[in-house]
Amino acid sequence: MERQSHLFTTFVYASALLLAAVILAPILWLFVMSISSAADLSARPLNWWPDEIDLSRYRLLLSTLENSAGAAFTASLFNSIKVAGMATLAAIAVAIPSAWAVSRTPSVSWSLYGVIATYMLPPVALAVPLYMGLAYLGLLNSVFGLALVYLTILAPFTTWLLKSGFDSIPREIESAAMIDGARLDQILRLITLPLAAPVMATSALFAFLLAWDEFFYALLFTSDLRAKTLTVAIADLAGGRVSDYGLIATAGVLAALPPVLIGLLMQRALISGLTSGGVKG
Amino acid sequence: MSGTWITTRAWLLMLPLLVVMIAVIGWPLVDTVRLSFTDAKLVGTEGTFVGFDNYAKMLGGSNFQRAFVTTAWFAVVSVTAEMVLGVLAALLLNQQFRGRTALRALMILPWALPTVVNATLWRLIYNPEYGALNAALTQIGLIDSYRSWLGEPGSALTALIIADCWKNFPLVALIALAALQAVPRDITAASLVDGAGPFNRFRYVILPYLAGPLLVALVLRTIEAFKVFDIIWVMTRGGPANSTRTLSILVYQEAFSFQRAGSGASLALIVTLLVTVLAVAYAALVRKAAGAS
Repeated sequence: MERQSHLFTTFVYASALLLAAVILAPILWLFVMSISSAADLSARPLNWWPDEIDLSRYRLLLSTLENSAGAAFTASLFNSIKVAGMATLAAIAVAIPSAWAVSRTPSVSWSLYGVIATYMLPPVALAVPLYMGLAYLGLLNSVFGLALVYLTILAPFTTWLLKSGFDSIPREIESAAMIDGARLDQILRLITLPLAAPVMATSALFAFLLAWDEFFYALLFTSDLRAKTLTVAIADLAGGRVSDYGLIATAGVLAALPPVLIGLLMQRALISGLTSGGVKG
Repeated sequence: MSGTWITTRAWLLMLPLLVVMIAVIGWPLVDTVRLSFTDAKLVGTEGTFVGFDNYAKMLGGSNFQRAFVTTAWFAVVSVTAEMVLGVLAALLLNQQFRGRTALRALMILPWALPTVVNATLWRLIYNPEYGALNAALTQIGLIDSYRSWLGEPGSALTALIIADCWKNFPLVALIALAALQAVPRDITAASLVDGAGPFNRFRYVILPYLAGPLLVALVLRTIEAFKVFDIIWVMTRGGPANSTRTLSILVYQEAFSFQRAGSGASLALIVTLLVTVLAVAYAALVRKAAGAS
């Protein structure tokens, strides 16, 4: 351990405080806006802390009364859950067999690079045909259509994550079972998949977050309550003529809550994923 | 089991993924190429073959050139700032101090915040009438009157870059921190005994460990920044006076707002080509760096 001078220690603590303030200030402000009254938010000089805590906007947004702001918000919340859930399940389902195959078969491992390369494609390069295709199939403004489109992002991503997960499970376990006469489907079902369960769960959560965060395709391919997702609903609120900024902030807090909780719970997985370069920025 | 059977079996297992990838990536990409040589509209007309007309029109237009410069500026400034701030934050988090674990957990928050929520949050902070930035700067006395940070061409892009950096530098910090923790203690201790100062220690002892992971982060962040759409659409929609119109925004306007599918497709492919060139150049750089160390 190196000796640290007083000056250096002070410097470290001052920098740590500064960093904490930079990270926390905008997030705290989003929360404060969501619980401040409209009068507090439009006061000059600004009231940095509300005189009275106002939770009415949370009640408003989470209510499901017909034709209220809440009905639109909760509809988009459910659409986001549906789209992200379906896309994640479908992505994991196609990724498991292919990730295992790539992990165990050196002769096809090059194909993984092709899969990863698609990840660099800007969404605008696919958007026009996807729009025309969905229109042709009658899947515009549909949660199914949007979930299908999300596979462009989630399928390569989960394959990549699961492949490195399978790599860490020793092949010897599988060969031993094979010598004992187990069939491939039995090996996968009884040995490999249970061992890979934590990796699959992590990949599924990351995939879900990615879909939850998606905005571009959702903006293009959805138009009303039947399929609009949370990100589009919030962008509508932010860009519209809503006069109550607290309401926009409240929608932001509610939309951020699930990913922030997942992010904090998965710190360890996130950081180990970062070191292997497997997590999108 | 024979090698051919194992290879065949692998392809069979990959079949579902291949079908999905061809349906949602392969076919659309090929069709974008086809459309880029036609004058098709988004709805209605199929379009006729026009050769390289779309490409010539797009590449020669001032819109493309301006959007390219805006995108490049956005990417270079935001990624550079994210790298520098990220490494500084990582060096700090690698020190021993109380509250270090909590601070590291805080770094997850901006990363986890959805991009659209981040954009909305900063849009509210920059608000010309009630925004927190105006309030804070006026109360400290740095500005006399409220300003429209996102409404003036001179400040909008910088305001966007700050919002983007705030969300993304913590991720770079976490990557750099993981790399820093892989530096063996003996080596830093030895360099101390040898009398290396803080700067030389960073340059010659620590930086070589950081270079690989940071280069990967640099590649991914630059590609992301070059494709930027969400944060700009929510905060400024490319305005004011097109001062924040990046390439992706321009493609969106051409293909969807003006419904010119053909020229929109050609523009999208030009962007794709630019991103690919970037990626390939970087890949070569990463390989060279890996070979050197």
